[in-house]
Amino acid sequence: MFKVFIKRVLMAIPVLLAVATMTFFLIKLAPGGPFDAEKAVSPQVLKNLNEVYNLDASQWEQYTDYMSGIVRGDFGPSFKYPGRSVTEMIGIGLPITFELAIYAILIALVIGVFAGVLAALKRNTLLDFIPMAIAMIGICVPTFLMGPLLVLIFGINLEWLPVAGWGQLAGDKILPSVTLGFAYAAYIARLSRGGMLEVLNQDFIRTARAKGLSETMVVIKHAMQGGLIPVVSFLGPAIAGLLAGSFVVETIFQIPGLGRFYVEAALNRDYTMILGTTIFFSAMIVFFNLLSDLAALWLNPRSRDVS
Amino acid sequence: MKNLYIAFAVVIFISACSSSVSPVDDGLDKQIFHFGNGSEPQGIDPHIVTGVPEHHLLISLCEGLTSSNPNGGQNLPGAAESWDISEDGTVYTFYLQKNGKWSNGDALTANDFAWSWQRLLTPSLGSQYPDMLYYVKGASDFHNGITDNFNDVGVEVVDDYTFRVHLNNSTPFFLGLLSHYSTWPVHKETVLKHGTIDDRNGQWTRPGNFVCNGPFNLKSWELNSRIVVEKNPLYWDANVVKLNEIHYYPVQNVMTEDRMFRAGQLHLTSTLPSQKCPVYIEENNPDLRVDPYMGTYFYRLNTKNPVLTDVRVRKALAFAIDRKKLVEKVTKCGQIPAYSFTPPGSAGYEPDTEIPFDPELAKQLLVEAGYGPGNEFPKLEILFNTNEDHRKLALAIQQMWQQNLGVDIVLVNQDWKVYLAREMIGDFQVSRAGWIGDYEDPNTFLDTLRPNRGNNKTGWENEDYDRLVEQANSENNQDVRYDLLRQAEKILIDEMPIIPLYTYVKSYQLSSDVKGYYPNYLDHHHPKYIYLERD
Repeated sequence: MFKVFIKRVLMAIPVLLAVATMTFFLIKLAPGGPFDAEKAVSPQVLKNLNEVYNLDASQWEQYTDYMSGIVRGDFGPSFKYPGRSVTEMIGIGLPITFELAIYAILIALVIGVFAGVLAALKRNTLLDFIPMAIAMIGICVPTFLMGPLLVLIFGINLEWLPVAGWGQLAGDKILPSVTLGFAYAAYIARLSRGGMLEVLNQDFIRTARAKGLSETMVVIKHAMQGGLIPVVSFLGPAIAGLLAGSFVVETIFQIPGLGRFYVEAALNRDYTMILGTTIFFSAMIVFFNLLSDLAALWLNPRSRDVS
Repeated sequence: MKNLYIAFAVVIFISACSSSVSPVDDGLDKQIFHFGNGSEPQGIDPHIVTGVPEHHLLISLCEGLTSSNPNGGQNLPGAAESWDISEDGTVYTFYLQKNGKWSNGDALTANDFAWSWQRLLTPSLGSQYPDMLYYVKGASDFHNGITDNFNDVGVEVVDDYTFRVHLNNSTPFFLGLLSHYSTWPVHKETVLKHGTIDDRNGQWTRPGNFVCNGPFNLKSWELNSRIVVEKNPLYWDANVVKLNEIHYYPVQNVMTEDRMFRAGQLHLTSTLPSQKCPVYIEENNPDLRVDPYMGTYFYRLNTKNPVLTDVRVRKALAFAIDRKKLVEKVTKCGQIPAYSFTPPGSAGYEPDTEIPFDPELAKQLLVEAGYGPGNEFPKLEILFNTNEDHRKLALAIQQMWQQNLGVDIVLVNQDWKVYLAREMIGDFQVSRAGWIGDYEDPNTFLDTLRPNRGNNKTGWENEDYDRLVEQANSENNQDVRYDLLRQAEKILIDEMPIIPLYTYVKSYQLSSDVKGYYPNYLDHHHPKYIYLERD
């Protein structure tokens, strides 16, 4: 397992380098620049701004400057928000996005695993069909519909919960977490059902039952360990996806997370911010994929032997 | 039974979470104004930032020589308690408030203004609004590096409380320019403590560091979440200020902002989802406000494009648009059909132009331009940035041009920055555009279409037009000046490098508990006059 870990970490370095290099040159290819605005700036002002941000240097010089900055842990200043560095902005947005992702994944796990296991145990009954139908709806209904719908019911009609904000009003974290969690709960429910069904037919489960263990013990102690491996494998990319892809929920609920910075940076041509967030998210994806692979290896005795 | 307990616990949890008093009601008791501010401000350095959300914030934190009139019209005293204008209109002498103070207690003096203007004009600062001061003698030369001696600029510190400005020409709208935040002062010692005069990334604007001279102080700034300002007891006119705090929320999504208002989280929204405006009008929503706004929505025509070089073609396109129908059936929020570039009534200026809706005349003009059977009019592209409202309007115009002129129209929508880049290099035929006045004077519109102005973008140049606008800017007599501008505007509409479509309105929601918030053409609302009182 240690060897796998070292190998994967070493593989991550060229991956991140390639991501940084490609992003650097690709964003410069996109038409428009960070200082283009409806009220155009004069050529003199543009010249001054390009000098201030070193955009008048050659591409290669800018690239080497930027890469040597990254090595020192400096992602440069934001073009859109003067006075703020990209590192600072990631530092502000990340804990919020991370907190949202954790709540969402917890909600997703509790609902998803419960529904999936129940459906597998009560196969071909109403307790199988109903959770799976709801899961299918969860997969199909996008968050941009689910979010406003929940807001309309719980925020505006029932007046139970705030409709937007994060940590400003009591209960304002509930609706965004549920909205984001519900979509992932649906996937997890289907994955757990599939995994459990496969495991429940195996010999070692029959043996456990033959030994006289209660059905609850059989499910919790034996079946779930193997049955939930697909869910664990899904968790890594899911958390990475939640971190990078919570833009929609962050926008609907006015959450100051990293997802909004990421998308807005691209629209604003905030070069350093685009680069900083892309490299950061790539590192996150690599890291969480590695983590989930290691967890799956650890859970699955067969893989453990092979490794 | 167990399930019942769980359900009960969830209901109790949710009920406990819901606060009984909404922020709006709570704000009413504590004089805290919850302000929907559109998007996250770039910053609060008045010499660097650009944009409307930044203006909303800066108007509470800093103050220029004059301040915006809450009812629109002539500016009121700000950091200057009074001013004299020389007979020829080229020398302005400002007398500063004797009790004017920075928020750290330092006296606000004429030197502060001189240093601040020097900073704005310093090329290496990279300010985007130095041209606001180009009317001052020597300012343009200093900014363009022709001279590096600021003494050559027409700014004079007579004494601590007297600040004199020498202009190139009589500039009747100069006082109006001073309500733009780029001309406002910054605290020299604070700026220099955290950087140099030309440091764009200095930390002096952070809470705890920030010092300015407005009615409110910066209390906290949670990025992308909320900015809080609190009443400044050292402000020279602090007795007038009734609000204790303003909370600015950068809510970019208009639907979210609308929901926040409905749920009692905001007193004011920055705008309104366009599809909701007609619904709220029909419902007689008491919180809906539709105010006049100094802005024009128009189509830019690329006069360098072979198809559009002929003025008859440009006129044909303009005459084939039914503007009344556009505002009644497409925009549907009280917009006014535009028959001039300058919105009528800008500082008392009434343009004297007409753009008829006359499909027959339009067709005839196309025939005169050589198009007809055997020489079909080529396909024409309308460029717009991705936005549902722009798309709807473009679709309506596409239909009008196809129906009234038989012209094939292709709609091209592009990402914002691509659209701007294409406009800038002239890679378009027709493109949608909007222009909002920086100050209340027709010059803020008509100046943009002079040759060599970066915002012209049509390739159109007209010597007579340029001469008339230039002449008007040096004319002190208002009637004569407006007459010159009307002549210029007539040339513009006659040559039609742009097709005005409608005059903007400012649509938003405002709680009836908010008082002292009056409609005005520039949408400048000085927070020192705003207060909250149960309706």
